[in-house]
Amino acid sequence: MADTLTAASARRNAAHGGTLVVTARRDVAQDVVELTLARPGGERLPDWAPGAHIDIVLPDGTTRQYSLLGDRWDAHSFTIAVLREREGRGGSEHIHTRLTAGDTVGFGGPRNNFRLSPAPGYLFVAGGIGITPLMPMVRQAELLGDPWRLLYLGRSRARLAYLDELAQYGERVTVHAADESGRAVIDDWMPDPAVPPVVYACGPERMLDAVDLWAAPLGRHRVRLERFTARGDADRPATVFEVEVASSGAVVTVQKDESIVDALRRVDVDVITSCAQGVCGTCETGVLRGVPDHRDALLSEAERAESRCLYPCISRAVSDRLVLDL
Amino acid sequence: MSIVESPTTPDAASIDPFDLEFLRDPLPHHAALRDAGPVVRLEKYGVYAMARYDEVHAALVDWQSFQSAAGVGLSNFRHEKPWRPPSVLLEADPPRHDGPRAVVAPLLTTRRLRDLEQQWRADAATVVDAVLDRGEEFDAVTDLAEVFPLRVFPDAVGIGKEGRENLLPYGDFAFNAFGPPNELVTSAAPHMPPVTEWIGRQCLRENLTEDGFGAQIWAAADRGEISPEHAPMIVRSLLTAGVDTTVTGIAAIVHALAHTPGAVARLRRDRSLTRTAFEEAVRLTSPVQTFFRTATRDLQVGGVDIADGEKILMFLGSANRDPRRWEDPDTFDLDRDPSGHVAFGMGIHQCVGQHIARLEAICVLDALLDRIVDIEPAAPEQRHLNNTLVGWEHMPVRVHRG
Repeated sequence: MADTLTAASARRNAAHGGTLVVTARRDVAQDVVELTLARPGGERLPDWAPGAHIDIVLPDGTTRQYSLLGDRWDAHSFTIAVLREREGRGGSEHIHTRLTAGDTVGFGGPRNNFRLSPAPGYLFVAGGIGITPLMPMVRQAELLGDPWRLLYLGRSRARLAYLDELAQYGERVTVHAADESGRAVIDDWMPDPAVPPVVYACGPERMLDAVDLWAAPLGRHRVRLERFTARGDADRPATVFEVEVASSGAVVTVQKDESIVDALRRVDVDVITSCAQGVCGTCETGVLRGVPDHRDALLSEAERAESRCLYPCISRAVSDRLVLDL
Repeated sequence: MSIVESPTTPDAASIDPFDLEFLRDPLPHHAALRDAGPVVRLEKYGVYAMARYDEVHAALVDWQSFQSAAGVGLSNFRHEKPWRPPSVLLEADPPRHDGPRAVVAPLLTTRRLRDLEQQWRADAATVVDAVLDRGEEFDAVTDLAEVFPLRVFPDAVGIGKEGRENLLPYGDFAFNAFGPPNELVTSAAPHMPPVTEWIGRQCLRENLTEDGFGAQIWAAADRGEISPEHAPMIVRSLLTAGVDTTVTGIAAIVHALAHTPGAVARLRRDRSLTRTAFEEAVRLTSPVQTFFRTATRDLQVGGVDIADGEKILMFLGSANRDPRRWEDPDTFDLDRDPSGHVAFGMGIHQCVGQHIARLEAICVLDALLDRIVDIEPAAPEQRHLNNTLVGWEHMPVRVHRG
């Protein structure tokens, strides 16, 4: 049995969340860099759908969320694009100045709070780097043959990524650069009330507030906004931590390169897993004390804040010790 | 628990996985298919088969290469008209699969099911008490495994009380229909129109209670997360997939306990093993035995070329007993880590109701363990034959009470 289990465990770990390697890096606009990421061994990555984002954990423990914008039919790479924010908290600065091909980062997710729902039509509104979650949505609407339009707003064309790719869609894409045309007047794009679309918008707060007001007559469920600031970034220098089994008091140290499930097995506590990627929910375990570092694709933001449970196949800890209801 | 080895190994290519003789005792045929190679061509149907764990697991996860929208049964929807509108969950690929899945999955998480657990445990106690009150011998299928899901699941979905006897025949037919039109299908087909009509009526908003899964699916349509046409189809999916399968899941646990001396005593000593017991039971039984996938492009698996549009039969039950993956695979072993079994599938189509199946089975198991000290077969079980599901018609058992 030991050999089979070891092999199975190794197989699970190979597909385990944790580390991504930067396989390509290119500039896609002024101050915007695109990164292609893959498993170090090239294994399959978790599935995702348009609107999803992943956590990127930088070497200093800084965690930032970035929308996935690549091709979900390619199961072996993730693509993200990062705007350099000089006034930011350092995450994007680190990525722009230090991260190069071959470097590794940690990752969690993907999670999705910005799903593309079926609709008779879509109106996408992007402000600057807010184009990232909308790129796969545009491709998907195109694939489904659904009518869509994109308004893409920014300070200047030089700062807008992916204009080349978007050019193929002709008149369905309206680019509005403030240095050419002045401030955008969003009312000019009021949709046809006869075919009310679902509006998906991502961009700066001020733009989203304007879209929210402007699109309100369409109805609450027809306006979906992705606010980057609402994602509750927590810096999580998770490395090695301890897990205590509440029923027995046993304590085990979880090493950097293993999951909580792996560590618990050393003290003969078997937690049954299935997907081993924080997707299926089979291994859900109650948290009695400590602060988890959630890496799953299941919990909502509110549930993460509550942290009454975690998925030990993938999640880790911010605090030095977690006490689990096992 | 052990299997009876077939004295002769049939030629794998000539195996008919929908032949009644196969369905009566699939295990030796599974072994022959596994031993024949990672991919086998089944001549009778002109389809491929995978019966080893690694290939099955990899193919289930790889929805990009192995699609479901061409049907997860033998019929190829690229060329043939389905017998009913295809499921928007089971028989859909991304991106059309995204919305329905994203609506159903959050309704059926372990966190949401906690609201049901207390009631279900009380129901399990009532059902088990009623069975045991009648004597020490009972039929674990008709007296228990069928009774409990039919008591709790239709209420959870929110359908009416009338006509629930249609649920098992409908599920049985739907799972038969994934196979060829053999006698299992043709003998039931004439009886199906009123059953199908009844199922359809249950899925309508006005016929669902206000607080069940069904109503919550309709609410998602109101929020625009799925289209209104999809709501009744998703309710239909729950009613199709959520009854017969859990009946077998519960029966599988009883079967494992009855055939494994000491298992009840061990579980009574250590209740933390009930989860392992359930996972081991479904690994061994694999209530859903097979599903097809269809190649989305020309592929090569294990040195075998599979052309775009070809059907591949995934033997979940065989993968779960593949000795390349599981040591002593035919043994019900409470010391085993059953993680990674594919009884619920794997990947984006992994059983969305798996947490319901677990909760139902654990409620029944705990109720039994509270009341009995041992269980044994009272007479040989009688198989129920289905083109996709494995299960029992009857399972006479004898219990010993403490």
